Amino acid sequence: MELIFEKSKTGRCAADVPRSDVPEIALETLIDAKYLRDDLDLPEVSEIDLVRHYTNLSRRNFGVDMGFYPLGSCTMKYNPKVNETLAAQPEFTSLHPYAPDSFAQGNLQLLHTMQRLLGNIFGMAEFTLQPAAGAHGELTGVMMIKKYFEHKGEKRRLILIPDTAHGTNPASGALCGFETVTLRSNAEGGVDLDHLAELMTEDVAALMLTNPNTLGLFERNIEKVAQLVHEKGGLLYGDGANANAFLGKTRPGDLGFDVIQLNLHKTFSTPHGGGGPGSGPVGVSAKLVDFLPIPRIVRKGQEFHWSENFPLTIGRVRAFYGNFSVIVKAYAYIRSLGAEGLIRASEMAVLNANYIKERLKAHFELPYDRVCMHECVFSGRRQVAESGVHTTDMAKRLIDFGYHPPTIYFPLIVPEAIMIEPTETESKETLDRFCNAMIAIAREAKDNPQKVKDAPHYTPVSRLDEVLAARKPDVCWKKP
Amino acid sequence: MDYCPHTQADTADMLLQAGVGRVEELFSDIPDKFRLKKIPDMPPALSEQETAALLKTIGARNRQPRLTLTGAGAYAHYIPAVVGHLVGRAEFYTAYTPYQAELSQGILQAIYEYQTMMARLTGMDVANASMYDGASAMAEAAVLCARISNRNKLLIARSVHPEYREVVGAYCRANGYELEEIPFGTAGQLDSFTVLNQIDDTVAAVILQSPNFFGCLEDVEQIAGSARAKGALLIAGFTDGTALGIVKPAGECGADFVVGEGQSFGNPLNYGGPYLGVFAAREKYLRRIPGRLAGRTVDKNGRPGYVLTLQTREQHIRREKATSNICSNEALCALAAGIYLAALGKNLRKLALLNVYKAQYLKSKLLQLPGWKDVFSAPGYNEFVVTCPDAQAVNEKLEQEGIIGGYELAPDYPELESALLFCATELVLKEDIDQIVRILK
Repeated sequence: MELIFEKSKTGRCAADVPRSDVPEIALETLIDAKYLRDDLDLPEVSEIDLVRHYTNLSRRNFGVDMGFYPLGSCTMKYNPKVNETLAAQPEFTSLHPYAPDSFAQGNLQLLHTMQRLLGNIFGMAEFTLQPAAGAHGELTGVMMIKKYFEHKGEKRRLILIPDTAHGTNPASGALCGFETVTLRSNAEGGVDLDHLAELMTEDVAALMLTNPNTLGLFERNIEKVAQLVHEKGGLLYGDGANANAFLGKTRPGDLGFDVIQLNLHKTFSTPHGGGGPGSGPVGVSAKLVDFLPIPRIVRKGQEFHWSENFPLTIGRVRAFYGNFSVIVKAYAYIRSLGAEGLIRASEMAVLNANYIKERLKAHFELPYDRVCMHECVFSGRRQVAESGVHTTDMAKRLIDFGYHPPTIYFPLIVPEAIMIEPTETESKETLDRFCNAMIAIAREAKDNPQKVKDAPHYTPVSRLDEVLAARKPDVCWKKP
Repeated sequence: MDYCPHTQADTADMLLQAGVGRVEELFSDIPDKFRLKKIPDMPPALSEQETAALLKTIGARNRQPRLTLTGAGAYAHYIPAVVGHLVGRAEFYTAYTPYQAELSQGILQAIYEYQTMMARLTGMDVANASMYDGASAMAEAAVLCARISNRNKLLIARSVHPEYREVVGAYCRANGYELEEIPFGTAGQLDSFTVLNQIDDTVAAVILQSPNFFGCLEDVEQIAGSARAKGALLIAGFTDGTALGIVKPAGECGADFVVGEGQSFGNPLNYGGPYLGVFAAREKYLRRIPGRLAGRTVDKNGRPGYVLTLQTREQHIRREKATSNICSNEALCALAAGIYLAALGKNLRKLALLNVYKAQYLKSKLLQLPGWKDVFSAPGYNEFVVTCPDAQAVNEKLEQEGIIGGYELAPDYPELESALLFCATELVLKEDIDQIVRILK
């Protein structure tokens, strides 16, 4: 499709600007020419060109509203429309972040209640809603861990990270100056306790654990894990990316986690927006409350206000207070579902994942054959051995059947990994059709492997040359 | 309302096929002692109608301002209707990060176009697909400069947004880098001699904003010269992005990185977020910058197409050696920014001029009030600083009329007692300004 720049024609525009109702002053008399730009190279298009351009672009995109999107560890559940409508109310969208607290009592009440509800669901003493995304929440959490030990006068250099972890965990640790050490998984997909006991010294600040982990498995030895970490004075960090698995079933705070970060855009149904915005609240146990970022909301009777008066805080991790309108959507979602709905969401998410696991395990290798939580992980190793068809080929072939592929090649400890997270909002019929497609592809890999290797067949573009893209990067268009 | 489509028969059938008797058995890996009976203190479910009514009630507890005269890092601009309609297409907003390029050509091309617009606006070679906000974009640039240069000190202008300085501080502390402030001169700008004197061979980069927090333009070219003379890099931020409709881009003045808040481009105030961090750089740093990049390539039939590229910089490939930990960004806000800028086109200049005129008019009227004084002489955009006999009393008076007044500077800048930072965008009308002056008389 042509670029918006290629559709540009001098003199056109899609948005006009009102005539000035105040005196117009010659710009050069106000601002010296050395501060001014000569040229403004933006596309010039009419409104209908603009609308058609972006509408046609949208038709070359795939979202949850178009079909099943079983992307593992991403929790692509349905994004309820009412939440979009409610967050778009002008009462919420038009307020300036520096509006006096007396103008923002509704917003402050909502944020304060949200913090409390998340505290109840996850068993944490206090939450901050500031981080803009999960990885930003991790960074915030690790900053608090660092400050906690500084305040205790301890110097700890290491953070332990299981080999199943998301890449954001080691990257967040490194961004705070920690050295990260990889912790092995055991044969059943959990933490190798002997390895943990060996690595866990008084030089270790924290273990960053995703539970259930990226194999979709709940850490059965969680009590022992927490004990080993705490015995050496370390902290247990929980990556809440997979929180959709246990709402109302258990609470990280009760399991011994000291810090957890959530992803409202996963667990609490706010849309992913093609890559963002998200929201990554961080919950902490009592011993870390003093280190939370500022500002924090303080309640006095029925009134709420912002306060910065917390001397041990890590400071600010972003400007203002967080991705407010994302939080509004998640709040509306939690209130819609209520206690019983949240429990049912996790139950049906886990049931859906187990159903897929059972239906597909005769056709794909299942490296860890036990009850899974919200997602299940297969390996495409059998297909590679039998016909040279790789996981990526099968994923691309799924596109031809009308599905978004699962997460592939992750977690790293499963070769040719196929990580399927159906979420609770998908019906049995959808899962059946998807499983039938997967089974058909497994058969096709045997009978007609080239068809799978050449997929996708019906998309606007076929497989793209990623090597060329990286070798000769073209990230900004230049006029030919 | 729980959005689960499972009928009782479905559940029973699926449990049977999954080989378990009861749903509860699926959770048997959770040790008994940690099994929750119920979520404490959790309200019951609401119907859609009840949820809507609840959120309406909460919204009504806010007081709707008639007019907002505060900018200070978030700007009230008119958003053409077309932006909301296009961003509201579910094909965009219900998609994940475009890891599967064949299914994501729409958002990938839109991001590529956004990156191109940002590079052109800032006068830089390249731009990424967005960061969380202006402050975190600045902080990531600071950390990156320290790594590139192997130096561990950063200098930041005191005329940079106070919250941005704090965020940069938090990122620096976590990495063990030192952060030092550069004072502003009496004109409200940095003074290049002061900057030159403060740079030693441990300084990785100088960080400034233009327009700065006071609305004043910095002489970026001079400061870039000072930085370069001492082997330091220059990170140039901006406040209200619409200023770039008239202001010379920092990229043309020798900046190595340009970072800023992109909210002004088609994104509502939203009480502080979601916004988007603009991050632009010189080509030579392309392989070191944080965040996602959409790149143009060809498919196996030679057709042009787009992919996420240079992913070996990113955490999902490089883990602890990644250039940043960022994963989710603000793609939908970047999409809005791209649509907004494509809608305005060259009219962005007209809009910027209108902002200058409005701010000039407001300023000239306020300065006619007894005891009100201009503070800085440097040229500015749509914000300016004035002192008045009692800043707090002024804002209280305006609030009574439903107007959010100027940003009080004294808490962040004790040296600027009784000073207010005012902003007037195209949304402020002449009659509003005339009325404000009547209220304050």
